[in-house]
Amino acid sequence: MSLELIGITVLWTFLYGYLIVASIDFGAGFFSYYSVLTKKEHLINRIIDRYLSPVWEVTNVFLVFFFVGIVGFFPDTAYYYGTALLLPGGVALLLLSIRGSFYAFANYGARKSRTSLFLYGVTGLFIPASLSTVLTISEGGFIEKTATGEVRFLAWEFFTSPYSWSVVFLALVSILFISASFLTYYASQAGDATAMSILRRYALAWSGPTILASLLVFAGLSQHNPVHFGRAVQDFGWMFALSFLCFVCAVWLIWKQRSLGWAFVSVMFQFFFAFFGYGASHLPYLLYPYVTIQSALTNTTMGWALVIAFIAGLLLLIPSLILLMKLFLFNANYVKGEKTGNKT
Amino acid sequence: MDPTILSRILTAETLSFHIIWATIGVGVPVFISIAEGWGIYKKDPHYILMARRWTRGFVITVAVGVVTGTCIGMMLSMLWPRFMQMAGNIISLPLFLETFAFFFEAIFLGIYLYTWDRFKKPIYHWLMSIPIVLGSSLSAVFITTVNAFMNTPTGFSLSPDGEVINIRPLEAMFNPATPTKVAHVLTSAYVTCAFLLAAIAAWHLLKGRNHVYYKKALKLTMILGLVLALATALAGDFSGKFLAEYVPEKLAAAEWHFETDQYAPLVLFGWLDDNGNVRGALEIPWALSILGGGTPSSEIIGLNDFPEDERPPLWIHYLFDGMVVIGTYLIVIAALFAWLWWRQKNPYRPWLLKGIVWAAPLSFLAIQFGWIYAEVGRQPWILRGIMKVSEASTTADNVGVLLLMFTALYIALAIFASLVLLRLFKNRPAEKEMEQRGIA
Repeated sequence: MSLELIGITVLWTFLYGYLIVASIDFGAGFFSYYSVLTKKEHLINRIIDRYLSPVWEVTNVFLVFFFVGIVGFFPDTAYYYGTALLLPGGVALLLLSIRGSFYAFANYGARKSRTSLFLYGVTGLFIPASLSTVLTISEGGFIEKTATGEVRFLAWEFFTSPYSWSVVFLALVSILFISASFLTYYASQAGDATAMSILRRYALAWSGPTILASLLVFAGLSQHNPVHFGRAVQDFGWMFALSFLCFVCAVWLIWKQRSLGWAFVSVMFQFFFAFFGYGASHLPYLLYPYVTIQSALTNTTMGWALVIAFIAGLLLLIPSLILLMKLFLFNANYVKGEKTGNKT
Repeated sequence: MDPTILSRILTAETLSFHIIWATIGVGVPVFISIAEGWGIYKKDPHYILMARRWTRGFVITVAVGVVTGTCIGMMLSMLWPRFMQMAGNIISLPLFLETFAFFFEAIFLGIYLYTWDRFKKPIYHWLMSIPIVLGSSLSAVFITTVNAFMNTPTGFSLSPDGEVINIRPLEAMFNPATPTKVAHVLTSAYVTCAFLLAAIAAWHLLKGRNHVYYKKALKLTMILGLVLALATALAGDFSGKFLAEYVPEKLAAAEWHFETDQYAPLVLFGWLDDNGNVRGALEIPWALSILGGGTPSSEIIGLNDFPEDERPPLWIHYLFDGMVVIGTYLIVIAALFAWLWWRQKNPYRPWLLKGIVWAAPLSFLAIQFGWIYAEVGRQPWILRGIMKVSEASTTADNVGVLLLMFTALYIALAIFASLVLLRLFKNRPAEKEMEQRGIA
């Protein structure tokens, strides 16, 4: 495999990792706040906190990893996206900061306040919306190069495009679906039947909009970037078909309340196929039509150095992540709350 | 205002806010680990409680450090896109490695926080602190190599049309500035945290709370503090020698040294009159030559040897003075404490405790002074000798909006973090917790 393909695959995988862990986190924040509004917080918040507290910082790293990595492998993207994304990127960054710090203030600090729950819940919905603008911009049409070679972001075209709104809609409903299906599984592990039935209802409720939104994105893409749409349907149509199959499987399992762990694995595969199908058909462009993976590639010496560093890093990270999951995710006693974990 | 100025202000603001929390993030884990380890070794529950209480405060500061660190990471590409487009080819390895170190730390911090009573042997829990210390210190090391590279860019060649070619990643990482910078950054972060934690203990003793817990905390942090303060001064001395050789204009601007000369004096305080003459300054003969070259006869290059548009601003002199004076103060006060304790006299005298309390904010001030000196001292360059700051900044025109947004954010974070920290410890003093846990 060529260097640029290795690079983009590594980065795309990390972005996929972020998609899953961040969705769980963002959705959980929303459900948390929603349960306060509907006076059900005593039923599900314990489950949510139990999962989130030890891992919230790790979630953040996936994102940092992606944007450090893409600038490292493909420095040209820094120039184009950096200039174009000043405002949407700034807003996303602001929301991420509020969310991260207030989560810590509420959970490691003295007590929880309604304000911090509100900030935590609402920012969780706006962050994916603002982050998804990157994907929309990558389709082209929202950035122009002036005669002097300067990059301009066409904000008006962006905010009036049906395609960009369909992407935002998809981002929102899919985080709620992913999150609810994970938390259903987690609650069932904890033997908490009440929490599980509430979360299961959420999962089923958000499954329909997820598929509807995916169809809208397809429709929007066919109008906005027919070249990409054509590649997606002709060359990678089978991946999207597999994705749909996994979705059906997941919903059926959740509906029947059987093998909820496998149900969540199916959700992960559903998004895996869709995300990689989308990514593969996007190539070779990183930003249509200005930046391709070949044109933006860093110097090859540095590229290989990054690949080596990446492998060395994984050797360190994978055992650590397994330890983390063993202690908190797959430890029945911890999940049930018998091992209180006594945060200091 | 022009985007370059606004970008500079926003970057400076973000970095100087981040550096407060980053310093705590690098230094405090070391003390947590030492306290817990010592407590387990000596079977002394006071030290273990110390580690627990420090950790509790540490998590809050880490959260602010993480989010502001994410901010600066992303802002690099947003505010300085042309710098990242060019330098991204060369500095991506340390940036990448820094993320790994951070990842490593994040995983084990989660584990450390939630496993205090989970392992049968306490030593297993202590082992979880090692990756935190390694991760936080290594991320400081990697990110410092990036900054060092910007001061002394090496490890690549420029083609005639300005393209970066023939990259040697390791040479860029281990550039001439790296050893002294890393040494100074690490030691100064550790010493600042020693004084931060010492000041908390001293404050309680001043308030008349005489529990031996506070005395143990003070002893531990001050004795380590003395060693670290001396190490920081030594690293600073190496930095001076490095500057004299590789970035002479920075040293010359800090010392108002205009003519290249031997037997150069070190200038303390003073001001410049309208004709550029130094007034009212305290001059220590030969000291600059000794600082820069090791002997009084060492030649120190003066500012006049540089074209006017490549000289850093002269006000950085005051920052350099401030940093050095505070550093000296830290050594003196830690030495006093250690001496009294060594001679078995009472080291817990109110005037000394007050001095220790003051040392904490002062050492954070010294960190700020040092970084502003280091950064402004390489103006007008973003990559010394290669790319000027004005050539690197964004062309987008919304930087002003961003500046306002983030200023509000940092103010809010500072207020809320302080409130949360105060509330966290106010309702649960150490004495009460010792009672609850049945510690004598």
